[in-house]
Amino acid sequence: MLFVETAPDVGLWKSVARMNTCREKIHNSIWVITLKIGIPKAFLYYRYGCLWETFFQELGCEVVVSSETCRTILEDGIRHSEAENCLPMKLYLGHVESLLGQCDAVLVPRFEGNRGSEEFCVRFLGLYDIVRHTFPWAKLITYNLKGSARAELFAFCAMGRQLGKSADQCFRAYQRARQRQQNQDLARMERQQRVSEGDGLKILIAAQPYISHDSFIGGPVCRMIREQNGTVLFSDYCNRSVCSRKSKAISTELYWTMNKEMIGAIELYKNRVDGVILLTAFPCGTDSLVNELVIRRVHEVPVIQLLMDEQQSDAGLQTRIESFLDILGERKKVYG
Amino acid sequence: MDKQLVFSFPHMGDYHVVIRSMLGELFPGQRVISAPPTTQRTLELGGKYSPDFVCSPFKYNMGNYIEALEAGANVLLQTGLGCRYGYYGEVQEQILRDLGYEFDFLCFSRAHVKPEKIYRVLRNLGCPLSMREILGVMMRTAESLRIMDALDYYIRENVGFEIVPGSFEKLQKQLLKELSEPQTMLRLERLKQGYARAAGEIPVKKSAMPLRVGVIGELYTLMEPFSNFYLEKQLARRNISVSRRMSVSFLLFGKKDRISLRESGGYLKYTVGANGVDSVCQAKRYAELGYDGLIHMKSFGCIPELNVMPALTRLEQDYGIPILHLSFDANTSEVGVETRLEAFADMIDMRRKKAYGTARVSGG
Repeated sequence: MLFVETAPDVGLWKSVARMNTCREKIHNSIWVITLKIGIPKAFLYYRYGCLWETFFQELGCEVVVSSETCRTILEDGIRHSEAENCLPMKLYLGHVESLLGQCDAVLVPRFEGNRGSEEFCVRFLGLYDIVRHTFPWAKLITYNLKGSARAELFAFCAMGRQLGKSADQCFRAYQRARQRQQNQDLARMERQQRVSEGDGLKILIAAQPYISHDSFIGGPVCRMIREQNGTVLFSDYCNRSVCSRKSKAISTELYWTMNKEMIGAIELYKNRVDGVILLTAFPCGTDSLVNELVIRRVHEVPVIQLLMDEQQSDAGLQTRIESFLDILGERKKVYG
Repeated sequence: MDKQLVFSFPHMGDYHVVIRSMLGELFPGQRVISAPPTTQRTLELGGKYSPDFVCSPFKYNMGNYIEALEAGANVLLQTGLGCRYGYYGEVQEQILRDLGYEFDFLCFSRAHVKPEKIYRVLRNLGCPLSMREILGVMMRTAESLRIMDALDYYIRENVGFEIVPGSFEKLQKQLLKELSEPQTMLRLERLKQGYARAAGEIPVKKSAMPLRVGVIGELYTLMEPFSNFYLEKQLARRNISVSRRMSVSFLLFGKKDRISLRESGGYLKYTVGANGVDSVCQAKRYAELGYDGLIHMKSFGCIPELNVMPALTRLEQDYGIPILHLSFDANTSEVGVETRLEAFADMIDMRRKKAYGTARVSGG
């Protein structure tokens, strides 16, 4: 298997341009290996999933995405992780484990941030090192998102080179993947826009995408809202740059990219929805502070915080969501 | 500004002495009070008004602020770097305002920590000093921190073996008293030498190979003894030499992420936020130096330290050095920690005996 630990991204273009022709020759002459790349369906899969899948497919790899979260994955995750870790982290480890043996390498990226002073949650900084030490036998493939806005392109090229692809191929694959991801985001935004214009109780689920879209954490919540004839809107199906700007109205100091977009969505939707659910998982580091501030500063729309953990029972959740929706329904009748 | 300003700031270890003297020099004529000493009440107050699963330094800080406001403070200071700590300021200010207190909140976090911004804030508050004098105050503060931390480091390693009980503590108190008064650079230099000599002259009964334990982890829990139930003192009482590199002067002058990352010897590939890399790098150094055990402390849910725990576990196996992981929260019980510490101390003692076949004599 072609696998190199790291590839320096400094002077990438120069060196690669030289190597390009010779690489192509080698590739055409030797047998073609189809690598299977595993992508855990957790954490930032819900933000970059399409990008990752397309990129690897364009490079001629096979992509294996882990299944939806289920009890087994959770239990595997709990077994492999520190008890104190947040629930999404446990799920992530469970997903990684479910992929081992099914693929040649698992994609475990590291995110630090590529937008000025903004950052991702510190959890993503250590993701690669955690997985590497938890599963020492696993083959991992990684990229590091850090620096300027173009960092992502360079990181992807470096990652493609680990797979033995030329910079040119990587560049084209990245462009296409980026385009596909943007189209997907746009389609989601438009769909949400259409949905938000309909009737019925509209509930904004303000949460990190890996919490709200996960079938174990956010899944039951969405299902229960829909069962009550509510309409679910997601905070991450919004225009990110608009949300980022809007978030200043609630918090000026905030520097976590995803939380910024989350509270920006609240600001964006606060006059169009009937209620906001702050969905968070125990013990999410960034949400612990940000949600507190949201609860204290957003008064225009009813807000509740739902805290999910691994011992969550449906009954307790059902009661809280039902009563919240009942209140919202009555409120709507009175105020129109 | 015509109203009387009363400055205050949250506690961390004994550093309030130095900070108070710094603020006193920067704002002559204004009052500076340290928050009342951290007690159980502080923690209860803090815990009551803080979000549930925020890390415990937030709760301690909240408690300190509330007690300081009750004591009459009207200007509160906060800094902020690292992971969640950078965002403390805004949330704490909001909570305190919701509680109905009137105060000015100065938060030097992340983007606001630039020299020109600090200078502007000082001027707005009516600091009458010239630029040169301000720099002088800063430099003297830095030097005071260095002296304090150097003495503390020596004391931690030796306090378990003192012959006259309390002699080191007396020296420490004396130094803090001296540092609380305005100093000149020259006098600080004399203090440094004088106290280094005085500390060296305190008689200790220490064998050539005492039991040694390294303490690593999250900064606040390490440096605020109340939050870790005076763990270092408990270890000293069992005649164990404690080493801890973490201190404010380490954070300000000694911390280099890139060097730490290189020194962590492949246990970490990337930085993991806050002091995670330092924890691994220090753990590795202690392991190489042949320490008997390590204690890894953090507040509950501290993400950077959780990020390095798999790496530490790996290191533990590779070097065969036992690591005790302790996690502190507002609800941690002292007895639970004591029991685990006792077991840990006994365990490293037995390991030592097994390895060398000699009974440990009292005092080392």
